[in-house]
Amino acid sequence: MFAMGERAIAAEARDLVKDFDGKRAVDGVSLTVPEGSITGILGPNGAGKTTTLRMMLGIIDPTSGTRTLLGHDRPLEVAREVGYLPEERGLYPTMPASEAIAFMGALRGLPIAEGRRRALQLLSDRGHEDWAKRPIRTLSKGMAQTVQLLGTIVHRPRLIVLDEPFSGLDALNQEKLEQLIRDQAAAGVTVIFSTHVIAHAERLCERVAIIAEGRAAFEGAVDEARSRLRPIVHLRTRMADGPWRSALPTSAKNVAGEWRFELPEGGPEPLLKALLDSAAGIETLSIERPGLHDAFIAIAGEAAAREMGHSPAEAGSE
Amino acid sequence: MKLPETIRAAFVIARRDFSATVLSKTFLFFLLGPLFPIGLGFIFGGIGAQVEETAAPATVAVVSSPADFALLQKARHRFEPLGTDRPLVRLQRVDPEPDAAAQRQRLLTSADNPILGVLEGGLFAPKFTGAVTADGRTVQQINLFVEEAVRMRSSLQVPSLPVEVTLTRTSSGSVAFARNLTARAGQTILFVLTILLAGMLLSQLIEEKSNKVIEVLAAAVPVDAIFLGKLFAMLAMSLVGITVWTSAGAAAIAIYAKGGLESLPPPAVGWPAFLFFILLYFSMSYLLIGATFLGIGAQASTVREVQTLSMPVTMSQVLLFGFASLGVGRPDSAAAIGAAVFPLSSPFAMVARAAEEEALWPHVIALVWQVLWVALILKLASAIFRRSVLKSGPSRRWPWQRRQTA
Repeated sequence: MFAMGERAIAAEARDLVKDFDGKRAVDGVSLTVPEGSITGILGPNGAGKTTTLRMMLGIIDPTSGTRTLLGHDRPLEVAREVGYLPEERGLYPTMPASEAIAFMGALRGLPIAEGRRRALQLLSDRGHEDWAKRPIRTLSKGMAQTVQLLGTIVHRPRLIVLDEPFSGLDALNQEKLEQLIRDQAAAGVTVIFSTHVIAHAERLCERVAIIAEGRAAFEGAVDEARSRLRPIVHLRTRMADGPWRSALPTSAKNVAGEWRFELPEGGPEPLLKALLDSAAGIETLSIERPGLHDAFIAIAGEAAAREMGHSPAEAGSE
Repeated sequence: MKLPETIRAAFVIARRDFSATVLSKTFLFFLLGPLFPIGLGFIFGGIGAQVEETAAPATVAVVSSPADFALLQKARHRFEPLGTDRPLVRLQRVDPEPDAAAQRQRLLTSADNPILGVLEGGLFAPKFTGAVTADGRTVQQINLFVEEAVRMRSSLQVPSLPVEVTLTRTSSGSVAFARNLTARAGQTILFVLTILLAGMLLSQLIEEKSNKVIEVLAAAVPVDAIFLGKLFAMLAMSLVGITVWTSAGAAAIAIYAKGGLESLPPPAVGWPAFLFFILLYFSMSYLLIGATFLGIGAQASTVREVQTLSMPVTMSQVLLFGFASLGVGRPDSAAAIGAAVFPLSSPFAMVARAAEEEALWPHVIALVWQVLWVALILKLASAIFRRSVLKSGPSRRWPWQRRQTA
């Protein structure tokens, strides 16, 4: 297995390309997922997240590029050690919930009797014993999704891939799912999930890959994504004008009496000195670290600009 | 993925499909399915018999003396055993009247006593008038009655000698006829079952595509395993059906037919071997056609599309069935050998051969040949299935598409 620093690599993609009927859906995505990490694949709808995951899992073959899953370049060879929740949930409507979980385990090599035992255990651990005999068609969408999620982990995989796992869940179930992901990661399981809701990734992920228009615009640690943006300064002064204004960058904007601007390259000291020297009368001054949301918009926007053949500066000047 | 793993995964899918089908309430209807055509046969047969029974035979008025009429009646009585399908015309004597033409007209138009025609002129100048065709059944029967009556009246009567009858169980003609019948019945059963079950397989695939389970399966096991699992689950289910139907049929024959199963004329290879061949050839035929249907089903995403696509395939199967039935009764003809060699018609042709020819070695060759084609078609259909369902696999272009691209 490959290693990334001290950590082994659970999944890796290199320059994955996928064409459907002559149209490019994924265009050179590369991705590295360390073992035991929670990695988020972020991107707007239609960006190519699902296609990337399907290629990595071996459901479809890439047009070009390579991928390895748990050290194997044929992902289905390690299917027993992988769990997958597809974006389009699929269960047999007449199958009882516990059987559905056991069946999903059996597909991945778990003996059916053991699968049934674990299914009852998983349901009972969550207080859902009464679901066991109920056919899937009698469960609500959220309940069915929970059943499928339990089917994804029933065989105790080393790697879990969840495609848009939060969609269709209410706030309570989203919280439960976040906890389940944390629990799995705490148990040493590698988790990869895709989402277009950044808040989940921000709360859960150690690493993210941002995919826009079929390309990986960013791939790395969450902190690294945030550090791509300069901190934002929020400044409120008693004096409306003065020599201190020259220390503010030209891009600074005044919104309802508050100045907002990116922290200049020189850091906060020159700005503070100018404010104090010219007695600006600082009322409030805060320097905020940008969130993943800001980073995502900035990165996905850059990628989109590149697609259009413009640099961000050009795009901004038009 | 290694072969044992593919087989294991196929077994998991087959077990699920098999139990989901066999343990469902609708499977009972599937098992009861053959009762419907049998029931319909009984109902319509009964209605037909009732119509025959209640319909009075046509009557011919005979204007004659009592002595002549007695001879005609006697003649009719002698021919009566020949009229098993439809009774012979009934004769009704009428005394002659002075105005024969008026009497004839009155008889032909009488609403109280409807008659088909009037026979007059006695035995030596018979004249028939009636609404019949000139060389039809009624005229032919009247001619026979008159000829026989005249023969009986003449002094040259030859005493009729009863034929000594010795019964044998079979003769070459009766065996050939029975085997021909068995061959056609075997082919028909094979054809109907194959088409029916391949259609069911297709519906199941469409259902699976619509409820998105296919994605869960494809992420866990090779597409070949999904394909094989589905195909063999339906095969197992149909073999359950065939076993139930065959057992029920055998029990019915044992109970209701005199002499039980022994009373049926055996096919050339004998009943046990013939039933075994039916199972084998059904499996081959089902795998060949089922795989083709799955390949087609993979192209479609709705039931309507499936119906549109499967229609030409079903029609092709009807043609193949027709092709295979050309050789029934002539197992060494070019048509029979051609149908046995062509893979898709081979199971139908060979099941007919099992009914008509005793040799077993052609079946060994045919089965090996069919297994090769099953493997080839499974591989091809599986590749189509993979490319269509999962939009994966190497893209292939037809020659004209290549030219367009260039």
